Amino acid sequence: MGTAVAVDGFQLAEQFKRSGKRARRGTFLLVLPLLAFLTVSFILPIASMLNRSVEDGTVSQILPRTAAALRAWNGKGRPPFSAYSALADDLVQAQLQDSIGKVATRMNFERAGMRSLLIKTARVAQTFEPPYAQAFNAVDLQWSDPEVWGTLRHASALHTAGYYAAAVDETRKADGTWIEKPEDEQVYIMLFQRTLWIATVVTLLCFLLGYPLAYYIAHQSERTRNLLLILVLLPFWTSLLVRTTSWIVLLQTNGLVNDGIALIGGEGARLELIHNMTGTLIAMTHVLLPFMILPTYSVMLSVPPQLTRAAVSLGATPWTAFWRVYFPMTLPGAAAGGLLVFILALGYYITPALVGGRTGQMISNMIEFHMKTSLNWGLAAALGGILLGGVVVLYIAYARLIGLNRLRLG
Amino acid sequence: MSEPAKRFDRARIEKGISTGFAVAIFFFLLAPLAVIIPLSFNAEPYFTFTSKMLTLDPDGFSLRWYRDIAENPQWFQAIGNSLLIAISSTFLATVLGTLAAIGLARSNMPFRDFFMAILISPLVVPIVIAAGGMYFFYSSIGLAQTHLGIILAHTTLGVPFVVITMTATLSGFDRNLIKAASSLGADPITAFFRVTLPLVAPGMISGALFAFAASFDEVVTVLFLGGPDQRTIPRQMWSGIREQISPTILAVATLLIVFSSLLLLAVEMLRRWHTPPSASGR
Repeated sequence: MGTAVAVDGFQLAEQFKRSGKRARRGTFLLVLPLLAFLTVSFILPIASMLNRSVEDGTVSQILPRTAAALRAWNGKGRPPFSAYSALADDLVQAQLQDSIGKVATRMNFERAGMRSLLIKTARVAQTFEPPYAQAFNAVDLQWSDPEVWGTLRHASALHTAGYYAAAVDETRKADGTWIEKPEDEQVYIMLFQRTLWIATVVTLLCFLLGYPLAYYIAHQSERTRNLLLILVLLPFWTSLLVRTTSWIVLLQTNGLVNDGIALIGGEGARLELIHNMTGTLIAMTHVLLPFMILPTYSVMLSVPPQLTRAAVSLGATPWTAFWRVYFPMTLPGAAAGGLLVFILALGYYITPALVGGRTGQMISNMIEFHMKTSLNWGLAAALGGILLGGVVVLYIAYARLIGLNRLRLG
Repeated sequence: MSEPAKRFDRARIEKGISTGFAVAIFFFLLAPLAVIIPLSFNAEPYFTFTSKMLTLDPDGFSLRWYRDIAENPQWFQAIGNSLLIAISSTFLATVLGTLAAIGLARSNMPFRDFFMAILISPLVVPIVIAAGGMYFFYSSIGLAQTHLGIILAHTTLGVPFVVITMTATLSGFDRNLIKAASSLGADPITAFFRVTLPLVAPGMISGALFAFAASFDEVVTVLFLGGPDQRTIPRQMWSGIREQISPTILAVATLLIVFSSLLLLAVEMLRRWHTPPSASGR
């Protein structure tokens, strides 16, 4: 009898386990379609773009013999003679296949002037005869500079850290070591710093404006509360482009705000409020403010009013009661809002593009520039990789510290 | 002055200050929207109030910028494109997002936090990175410069809104109701359509409206993926703002403000319908 029960119990447990597994699989199947969709529409595209930041097949594909010859060279002193003849052959091929422009553009990212040097040389490479070294030098004396060959050698590797280095304003010397670019060529570190600075200032402004407003709304009667909340949500729902348009209308030199300033301080008092950093800060704060107000407000509603009353009855001044009791309890809401504002602000593109002028541009605008205008996709991917890395770290922090189920939309 | 009277005075001053501060912030939030509307009726091509407008002279106002929209086939094409793309992507995002949210809301979902983070990530990934990745990838499979490409991109961006709204709705959903339905003989499909769906419908519709609004306002993926045949309303506004900002833009903006106010009211009414007034703790 006893053994039979044990067997039954064992089977039962086994069955439970199996049915539990089946149910789990069923649950996962519900999520699967969306997961598959996002993988194809979103995750793979981003991954393959980021791959461009380290992938570097152009030179080794178009100039394969040169790549092989230079790989045998240690990068010190003069390049081997075999490299000259290999490059002569490769350039003739590249000229015939019309691929010289591609490799020349690619090389120009490594070293300014390489584009014209390669194109000029390829045009006459067919007439080259040994000794090749002299033939090259006859076209342009730059070919006698080992650094030019060193640059070619590094660029012919299949993978490169060069784009990431360029993204943090480093450049490679011919011997392969990294150094900082000359100060007047440093752009990206400054842009990253500016992006961080803008995101920080916008977050602070959102806190300074959003916390008191959330407090005010949370301490009204229920009817007023709901009405005021709709007033907060109205700009939240309004098209971003509409809001940006309004700020241009309001802040431009002949706009309403400046008309007001001129009325008080005379025509000379007009300020430059848009198409610069000020414009970016004002418009971004306006757009992101509801993201701060909503979570702060919902936490404030959950704080029982008895707590501050108790503090006051125990002898605290209203200020102490607020500062020591109410504020610490509502801080999680403000932190949730602040972190979200900061994350969203880091990747801002539209607002700075439209109202940022030159001084209000952020890193996203530079990424777009390299993707669509300069066509330096490797650098765009490297800049994007750094930005995405920062955002992902903060996003994980948000998920861990605050919880994604706390994300609410109004 | 007696002690209580002084305290009373101070409380009144404090209340006045806090109200004043709140009014100022509301002014900051709403004035930009409010200013656009009257200016869109300006008879002159200026972005400030003319003296005729300030004296409410009817000559100062006109509908010429609205006539501009009505007479411009480009705007009509843009409105058509925007509606087509927004409706299609909202439909896809709502179906996929609702299914996934039902899965995420079950207690036996493996790696729930991880999957939730993945499904919401399109909300926080910088838009230029997402749009750039899509641009290269969709070009390689022939989806660039097609409506379908933009619909897929907007579906991706709309999914987080549906997932967030639906998981919030489902967290308050009593699973015992489904058990009760099946104990009364309903198969899972019947139970879903007759019990689950009617109860979560308000949340689903709000999520869909969010996704719709997101698509209707999206410009960056359109800039990357769209060709001349895929110009949407935001795309038209974008070039309007960048090149020569004309008062026609203000007329479009006014129409969009009205439109988004209607969407907001719809969502708020759904919320009321969903949460009984007594439990409106949000």
